[in-house]
Amino acid sequence: MSFFNQLEEHAQNVAVLTPCGQKITYEELLSRAEGLAQNIAERSLVFILCKNNIESLSAYVGVMRSGSVAFLLDENIDQSLLQSLCSRFCPQYIYAPKSSAAKEVQGKEIDACANYVLSKTDFAIDYTLHDDLALLLTTSGSTGSPKLVRQSHQNIDSNASAIAQYLGITRDERAITTMPMQYTYGLSIIHSHLLMGAAIVLNEASLMEKRFWERLKAEDVTSFGGVPYIFEMLKKLRFEKQDVPALKYMTQAGGKLDPELTTHFVELCASKGMKFYTMYGQSEATARMSFVPWQDAGDKIGSVGRAIPGGEFGLEDEAGQAITQSETVGELVYKGPNVTMGYAGSFHDLNKGDENMGVLHTGDLARRDADGFYYIVGRKKRFLKLFGNRVNLDEVEGLLSQQGWDCVCAGDDDAMRIYTTKAQDKEAISAYVADTMHINRQGFSCVTIDRIPRNDAGKILYAELEKRCG
Amino acid sequence: MSNKEKYNKAFMESFSIEETILGESLEYNTIPEWDSIGHMGLIAELEDAFEISMEMDDIIDFSSYKKGMELLAKYEIAFEA
Repeated sequence: MSFFNQLEEHAQNVAVLTPCGQKITYEELLSRAEGLAQNIAERSLVFILCKNNIESLSAYVGVMRSGSVAFLLDENIDQSLLQSLCSRFCPQYIYAPKSSAAKEVQGKEIDACANYVLSKTDFAIDYTLHDDLALLLTTSGSTGSPKLVRQSHQNIDSNASAIAQYLGITRDERAITTMPMQYTYGLSIIHSHLLMGAAIVLNEASLMEKRFWERLKAEDVTSFGGVPYIFEMLKKLRFEKQDVPALKYMTQAGGKLDPELTTHFVELCASKGMKFYTMYGQSEATARMSFVPWQDAGDKIGSVGRAIPGGEFGLEDEAGQAITQSETVGELVYKGPNVTMGYAGSFHDLNKGDENMGVLHTGDLARRDADGFYYIVGRKKRFLKLFGNRVNLDEVEGLLSQQGWDCVCAGDDDAMRIYTTKAQDKEAISAYVADTMHINRQGFSCVTIDRIPRNDAGKILYAELEKRCG
Repeated sequence: MSNKEKYNKAFMESFSIEETILGESLEYNTIPEWDSIGHMGLIAELEDAFEISMEMDDIIDFSSYKKGMELLAKYEIAFEA
C-alpha cells in the first residue's frame, strides 16, 4: 500500500506551514484532500496545475490517495503547450486556478477550493490506465516537451523511504520548498517528509526575496535543497554571514555544481555545524539515485557519491559490457526499485506496464574511484541543464522547427546556443524560447551563422558551429 | 553617463528590455525576465556599473525599479530628480 494511504498515522503532526501563518496538521490536510478526491471517478487521469501552495498540495495528496493518476504541471504553463498536452493525454479532470491557461480547456466545473477549480473535461476518449501507474511528470521542466515519465506507487514509496533513511529525516524536521512541486527534486523533498510525518514549509518566494529569509528564520526551517544556481545565489548573497541556527543540512542536485562552489559550501556547512549533501538523480529514477554521505563531502568533491539504499550503480562500455576496474569511463547504469516504468508520449502509452524492469541507462558517462564513489564526466545524450531543468536539444530544435525556424542547438549547462542562418528571425526565436518555453534569457543566446555545417552524410557537425558565427 | 543612465542600462541589458518598460511600475516578478535568475544578473550588472558590492539585505530588499534607487543611496549613488 502506498504511503499516501498511511498518512493517518501522523494525524496530529503538523504537515504544512503556509505563508499566511496557518499550521495544518496531517488530519486537516487529509480532510482537504478527501474533500476534493470524492468528486473524482475511480482510476481517472487528473492534470494538476500547481504552485507550492496548500490548494495544490492537498489536491495532489487527494488524487494519490484515491488511486487515480496525477500529472503535475506548472501553474504558469503556456496556453498552447497545455492544449497540446490535453489533446495528447485527454485527462478526465483538470484542477487549476480559475485564471490559468486551463480555463480555455472545455469542461464542466464540479468543485472549487479557494481560487482553484476542479473541472470534468469533455474528452470522450476511453482508454485504460495501467494498474501500477500513479504519477506522470515531465522530463524537462516547462519547455513543453510531451515526453512524460510514468511512475508507480512502488517507485515513489521506495525512493521516498531511501531518501528519508540516508538523510535521517524524522518527524521533527521542517523543510522549506525552494523548487516547484512538479519538479522531480522538489517533489521528492515533499514525499520524503510526508512519509516521515515531518512538516513542509510551503514557500513560493525565491532566495532573492526578503520573505524567503524571513520565513526560513521564523519557521525554524531545518533543511532545504537546491539546484546549482540556487547555490550560486547563496554565494552571491554571502550566506555565510546569515545566522540560521535551526538549519541542519542542505542538499544539492539537479546538475553538477562547480567544484569550487562545492568546496565553498562543504567548508561553510562544516563551520556552521551543518551537513552538506551532493546528490544525483533523474525523473526516470523517480528522483534520487545517489548521494555523497556528508562525512565524505570534503574528500569527494565533484563526486555524485554512491547509490542510495536499495539501489546499485554499474558502468558499461560501448559494447554494453560491465566495466569492473576503477577509473575507467563508461555509461552509468542504475538498478533499483525506483527506476520508473517508462515514458509516455500520449494516452496510448498509459496502459503500458513496466518497460525498464528496474534498470536505467542514465545517458551520463562516469568513472568510479577506488573507494566506489562515482564521478560524472560527460553525457552520451544531447541534452543540457538550464537552471536545473533538463533541456533536450533535439526536442528544442523540433519545437522551433514546428514554428517554422530551422535552428541548431548546442552549448553547455546554463548556456544554450541556438544557431540560425536567418538574422532577422533571431528576436522572434529568442522571444519564443523565453516566453513559450519559459527559459530565462540569461540561459541561452541566439546567434547567426552563414550556413549549418554538415558532413557528407548530412549529419550536423556540432563542433564546427562556433567557428561559423557571424 | 549619468547615474540614472547607468542604472537604466543595467536593467535593459540584464533583461533585454526597452527603456519604455522602465519606471515605477516595474517590480520583481512583474515581467518574466525579472525572476530570481534575472535578479542575480541585474545585481551583478549594477555592481559592475557602480563599482560597489551590495549587502545581502539590500539585494533581497531590491524589489522594484524605484526601491533599487533608494537602496543605492546607501552606497553614495545619487539620482538627480
